[in-house]
Amino acid sequence: VSAQTAARRYQAAALAFGTLAALGLILELLIRVGAIDRYTVPLPSDIIPAFWRVAVEEGVPARFLATAAETLAAGLLLVAVGVPLGILLFSVRLLRAACETWVAALASAPIVLMYPLFLVVFGRSQATIVMMGFLAALPALILKTLEGLSSTRPVLLDVAKSLKLHHTQTFMKVLLPAALPSIFSGLRIGLTFALINIVGVEFLINFGGLGQLVNELAERYDLPGTYAAIGYVILVSVLLFYAMDRMERLVRPGA
Amino acid sequence: MTAPTSRLRVLLLRLALLSGLLAIWELMARSGLLFQDVVPSVIAIAGALVTTLSGMEFYSHLATTLAEIAAALALGGAAGLAAGIVVGAQPLLRRAFEPLLYYLGSTPKLVFFPVMIMLFGVGVESKIALGAISCFFPVALSVAAGMRQINPVFIRVGRSFRAASWHMARKIYLPAMRLPVVNGFRLGLGIAVIATLLGETKLSNRGIGHLVIQAFTTFNMPRMYALLIAIFAISIAANALVSRFARTP
Repeated sequence: VSAQTAARRYQAAALAFGTLAALGLILELLIRVGAIDRYTVPLPSDIIPAFWRVAVEEGVPARFLATAAETLAAGLLLVAVGVPLGILLFSVRLLRAACETWVAALASAPIVLMYPLFLVVFGRSQATIVMMGFLAALPALILKTLEGLSSTRPVLLDVAKSLKLHHTQTFMKVLLPAALPSIFSGLRIGLTFALINIVGVEFLINFGGLGQLVNELAERYDLPGTYAAIGYVILVSVLLFYAMDRMERLVRPGA
Repeated sequence: MTAPTSRLRVLLLRLALLSGLLAIWELMARSGLLFQDVVPSVIAIAGALVTTLSGMEFYSHLATTLAEIAAALALGGAAGLAAGIVVGAQPLLRRAFEPLLYYLGSTPKLVFFPVMIMLFGVGVESKIALGAISCFFPVALSVAAGMRQINPVFIRVGRSFRAASWHMARKIYLPAMRLPVVNGFRLGLGIAVIATLLGETKLSNRGIGHLVIQAFTTFNMPRMYALLIAIFAISIAANALVSRFARTP
């Protein structure tokens, strides 16, 4: 059965990559015969060498590290603020009744649009970028923490009660472990959000890592370079997403 | 404790929290600890909100932005719907393209803005295109997942009754797909709003995003806060509306 699964997987991967390669070839042909203007869309055969050129000349590794450091900082802030706020809302029932819909509403608001505000406070700096990544992802983590704590199985709480655990013990031994998978999935969503917004703000304020690279190459009208830089952004976010997915599967075998 | 009193307590707490926040804000504004213009007085913001909302300028820019978002949702949503149905219906296509959609869906779409400007110019078209590719992914993913989760028994029952394909679509696929489609569009709407507005702040001469960045460059902070409050209120209301639509059977 596993050989069959593997064969199916190769078949699917071949179809996906084959389609992408075919699209690239068709684009190359359309540009070469002049159906698409080559000053609007660069030749795919020019984009491929641009990956190497951009990596060497524009310091992609350093920019990658800058973006990664910003995402990490936003992630640490997220855990330090989001999880305690979720716990607070869970513990104080009245507060939850008053605020949960507010947090849910904020989760659907375009928080990243506040970036000009943070530009005024922090200037064009990494602080602005990290704050936007952090704030944009915060509501999701609060809600997921709250959801995880609330969906603890009542049986487990009854066991804690019959063992006469006091509040802190119940929390540390029962509630928190039960909520961890949900908190982790909140963190996965949050970090993805944070990275999207961090790269976006880098692009918008022309500062920092990979997002700025796209902006700079576009302003220099280096079309193959711009496409290559976009390729790097896609690569980094896919890598982060994939890693988080894998880690979540470790924490939460059923998901 | 009866339900009405607890509802009253929630209301009181909300009022207390709001007035507390406003009081802290006003104190910060008057303390002089921060630059005065960064944290303007509540009264200045309220004044700016009234001026902004009572002028015609705001509504004409709002109309532009709303039209962009509607066009983005129509184009990207239709493409996402079609892609989701095709990819979701066929196992090989699903295995090949669902991961591609899943992983590409989590990338920042804003970096495609220079490409959109090259293709469609600096006008509304490039914002529509950016919004469209942003909302394409959540719609496609949600629809593909919905297609996969249709109860196969229903399909077999339909086939055994020799239902015509339009009948199958009306009686089996449409009712089963309503929720994933609405949910996909709800997620897509949120992302299209952000993409469109951010595109406007980067490069445009129309729309609400343009007004925000204009308030920033002229350092009119009360007006910027007023615009942000208006944008947040509108997008939260829109999301609530669509969510309600998703819940009604």
